[in-house]
Amino acid sequence: MRTEKMRRSPLSTSQTTTTEHHPALAHQFDSMEQQQEASTFGMWVFLLTEIMMFGGLFTAYLIYRLKYYPAFVAGSTSISVSWGFANTLVLIGSSFTMAMAVWAAQKGYRKSQVWFLIGTMVLGTAFLGVKAKEYYDKWDECHIPGIGNQVIGKPFNAWGGCSIKDTSLGNIAEEIRDPNKHGNPNIPEVAAEQTAKRTEIFFSFYFAMTGLHAFHMVIGLGLLAWLLLRAKSGEFGPSYYTPIELGGLYWHFVDIVWIFLFPLLYLISRHQHGV
Amino acid sequence: MSEPTHSHPTPGLYLVILLALVVGTCLTWGIAFVDLGKWNPVVALTIAVIKAVLVVLFFMHVYYSSKLTKLTISAGVFWLLIMITMSLSDYLTRTFLP
Repeated sequence: MRTEKMRRSPLSTSQTTTTEHHPALAHQFDSMEQQQEASTFGMWVFLLTEIMMFGGLFTAYLIYRLKYYPAFVAGSTSISVSWGFANTLVLIGSSFTMAMAVWAAQKGYRKSQVWFLIGTMVLGTAFLGVKAKEYYDKWDECHIPGIGNQVIGKPFNAWGGCSIKDTSLGNIAEEIRDPNKHGNPNIPEVAAEQTAKRTEIFFSFYFAMTGLHAFHMVIGLGLLAWLLLRAKSGEFGPSYYTPIELGGLYWHFVDIVWIFLFPLLYLISRHQHGV
Repeated sequence: MSEPTHSHPTPGLYLVILLALVVGTCLTWGIAFVDLGKWNPVVALTIAVIKAVLVVLFFMHVYYSSKLTKLTISAGVFWLLIMITMSLSDYLTRTFLP
C-alpha cells in the first residue's frame, strides 16, 4: 500500500512532470541544461575514441619514423609544405567560422548562423580541393605506394599512366635488380632499393592518415549540410542549440587532428633537405 | 576551480584565438626551415600542442564546461599518452634501433 502511494507522487518537481516544456526536450531529462550536458558528455566520449584511433596511427608513424629515419626524411621532404601550410590556415579559418556559427545559434541570429555554416562548408571544401591536388601530385610523381612506384624501379603504374619527373628522392629510380646483390645493404644499389621500399612505408602512412582525416572532413561536410537545413528553418535558438554545438565539437576535433598531422608529416624533417 | 559566469566566449575572444592559431602556424612553418637538430620535432610538437589546447579550451568551450567533461577529457588524453609513451619506450630500448 505504501509503495503504491509513493509511486503516485511526482518523482521530482522538474519540468518533465509539468505539461509544457520545450519541444526538443526528451522525456528522460529534467531540463534543457541537463539534456545539453548529457549530449556534450556523450559527444566527448565519442571524440575520445576517435582520438585513440588517430593516436594509434600517430604512434605507429613515430615508431617507423625512428626505425627508417632517412627514408622518412626523403618521403616527408617530397610533399609540398606550401600547400600544407595553406591548408592549415584554411582549416583554422573554418574552425573560427564554425565557432561563430555556434555563437550565432546561441544568440538566436538565424541569418548569421546560416552564413557562418556556409562559410565553414566553403572552407572545408577548399581544404579537400587542395588535398586532392596534393594527392594528384603524388600520383604524378609516382609516389603512390604499391602500384608501380618509381622509386622501386617500375616507372609505370598498373594503369601505365605515370610520368616520371620527380628526382627529389635521390635518383634511386635507377637501381638495377641483381639476384647476387639481394639483401646486402653494403652494396649501394641494394641500399637504395631498401630506402625506396621504406619510403613506400612513409607514403602508406601519409595516405592512411591524411585519407582518414579527409574522410572525417567529408562526414563533417555532410553534418554541416544537415545543420544548415535545420538552422535555415529557425530550429536553433538560445534555449536549444545542442546539434550545432555538437557538430562544432566534431569539426574542431578534425581541425585538431590536422594541427598534429601538419608538423608530423610536412615539417619535422624539413630542415634536413632545405625547401 | 570556480565556474565562470559566462557560458560561452564572445566573438572578440574567438578572433583573438584565431589570430593566435594563425601566428602559431606561421611560426611553426618558419622554424621548420631552421636547423635545430633534434629540437625541430620538439618545437613543432610544442607549438601544435599549444594550438590544440587553445582550440579545445575556447572553440570547443571546455574552459566553460562542467567538471565532469573536463575530467573525462583529461582521462582520455592521459590514456593516449600512456599508449604513446609506453609504445615508444618499448621500441626505443630495443637493440635494433640506433
